[in-house]
Amino acid sequence: MYRTKIFDHVILMFGVFIMVAPVVVAFMTSTHEAADIHRNGLSLTWGGHFVETYQTVLTREGGFTGKITGFNMMLNSMILGLGFAVGKIVLSMLAAYALVYFRFPLATFFFWVIFTTLLLPLEVRILPSYEVMNTLKLTNTYTGLIVPLLASATGTFYFRQFFKSVPDELLEAARIDGAGPFKFFIDVLVPLSRTMMAAIFIIMFVYGWNQYLWPTLMTTDEGFFTLVRGIKQILLVWVGSNIPDYNEAFALAILAMLPPVMIVVIFQRWFIKGLTESDK
Amino acid sequence: MSTATDLLPAARGGTGTKTGGRRFGAFRLFGGQSSGGESAAKRVQFSSPFLPYLFLAPQLAIIFIFFYWPSVQAIQSSFYLEDPFGFGSTFVGMTNYTDVLKSGEYLGIARFTAVFTALVTFFALSIGLLLAVKADGVIRGNAAYRTLLIWVYAIAPPVAGLIGMMFFDQHIGPIVELARWFGWDIKVGLNYFDTAFSMVVVSVWKQIPYNFIFFLSGLQGIPVSVREAAAIDCRSGFRRFWTVILPLLAPTAFFLLIINVTYALFDTFGVIDVMVKDKAANNPITLVYKVYMDGFRGNDLGGSSAQSVILMLIVFVLTIFQFRFIERRVHYN
Repeated sequence: MYRTKIFDHVILMFGVFIMVAPVVVAFMTSTHEAADIHRNGLSLTWGGHFVETYQTVLTREGGFTGKITGFNMMLNSMILGLGFAVGKIVLSMLAAYALVYFRFPLATFFFWVIFTTLLLPLEVRILPSYEVMNTLKLTNTYTGLIVPLLASATGTFYFRQFFKSVPDELLEAARIDGAGPFKFFIDVLVPLSRTMMAAIFIIMFVYGWNQYLWPTLMTTDEGFFTLVRGIKQILLVWVGSNIPDYNEAFALAILAMLPPVMIVVIFQRWFIKGLTESDK
Repeated sequence: MSTATDLLPAARGGTGTKTGGRRFGAFRLFGGQSSGGESAAKRVQFSSPFLPYLFLAPQLAIIFIFFYWPSVQAIQSSFYLEDPFGFGSTFVGMTNYTDVLKSGEYLGIARFTAVFTALVTFFALSIGLLLAVKADGVIRGNAAYRTLLIWVYAIAPPVAGLIGMMFFDQHIGPIVELARWFGWDIKVGLNYFDTAFSMVVVSVWKQIPYNFIFFLSGLQGIPVSVREAAAIDCRSGFRRFWTVILPLLAPTAFFLLIINVTYALFDTFGVIDVMVKDKAANNPITLVYKVYMDGFRGNDLGGSSAQSVILMLIVFVLTIFQFRFIERRVHYN
């Protein structure tokens, strides 16, 4: 019994090592100078150039047009992540409210119209989606970056399940008290859903921040680049140079993963709750 | 992870072991076995001639403009040959489809996609399950292991791809050095097999935390009484796992199987794009990447659309197949 426990720990620690080591190495290496990395390879020691490298990456005006800094890209990522998460929550709460709390003709039809979107990911309709954006003149705008990503019913599904688990008595009581649909929604349902909203916010922020393909297509103007989308740009520049700026590439990678990772680590209880919790 | 989140809610039924009788609203939804519970959610409801439409309007507008319109357009333009200079288009019927399906290159990519998906799904699931089982058995340090194992979930696929590139770099990559010890000279970007190998490794690495979270919460939802009964019935830990625990995890595993297949098909785009850097020439790519290359690099609108439609069909067939056939083998109760 005792020996199996030790064996369990060995497996777990090996797992942790596999998951953690690459990122630690990436971070440590980013504090070395490019030439040093080129000579000695990746590193597990502190290189002492942390401030310089990260300062350069955040403030130097890079890209082909020299318009964008790491800081701007971070800001764009933040706008995308927040805009997507907030948009998702608002849209899906409203839609779920209509589906669960109202009796109206065509309800089943709209239910299916919304839920078929779960079947096809954006990736399979990228080209026509891009054309639609062109027609609507929405390329290189924040609207174009965020709104098309909202066209899937994930959040609606979550909130629908959640609303269904809310006791009927609440609505009955509210109606006896004379509350209309708006009042019930704002005074009862929204406060009740707070934890649910937080959990979904975390998942959706991470999802929005990590978007890659869509921002790559939508933004040709470097002023709109996000950090994750910027990764590719770094690589394209990197290929041409003699001693690649490994340190800067790693520094950008670390910056690109920092906010979502922090959110998942700090709010992991809500995050896991949002991901896995069953309907009551 | 677009599809990962897209299908997520299904898991909320899938991991609901705590509640005793598990509910599969989501699965029934797709399987068409809805027990009529979809509309009869509430005994009391509001009735208003226009309010529900008002609440639905924003979501419906976005879905129509950014989901249905492009989907219909993809189907439509797959039957046309578009002039690359914008001088109209000609109806060519099924030509785009037959061209795609007869092309040896396309079939090669389809074969690679199948192998890649199978490998990524298998390894990500089994490693995630192994770690979850071990973490579940360890009482002390459970929270620490959980934290350390899930955070990679938050790393974007292209960022994972970038880190992977560095680890597989010719000059500085530690994995390349390690492989050299065993006489294997890894050349990512030049050698087809080596590139494929590194893509699988990075994609699996990125997906392990997700499977770990679901398996762990599935395991922790198994009631203590069941575990105790199992402990009395079979001595051998492995047999106990195989005959008692694994069947109870089957709904979770089934859900994760779908998620992992869609992950490997679509969400690895970022990993692949970073690792092949637009030079698809001798590198393995997946079907989604081919759609992107033909549509945006090659300006072959019709061909790319036809491929999109083929992908849509694959996704549909996969989903139906999974819900119709595999679901029957899984015991929910």
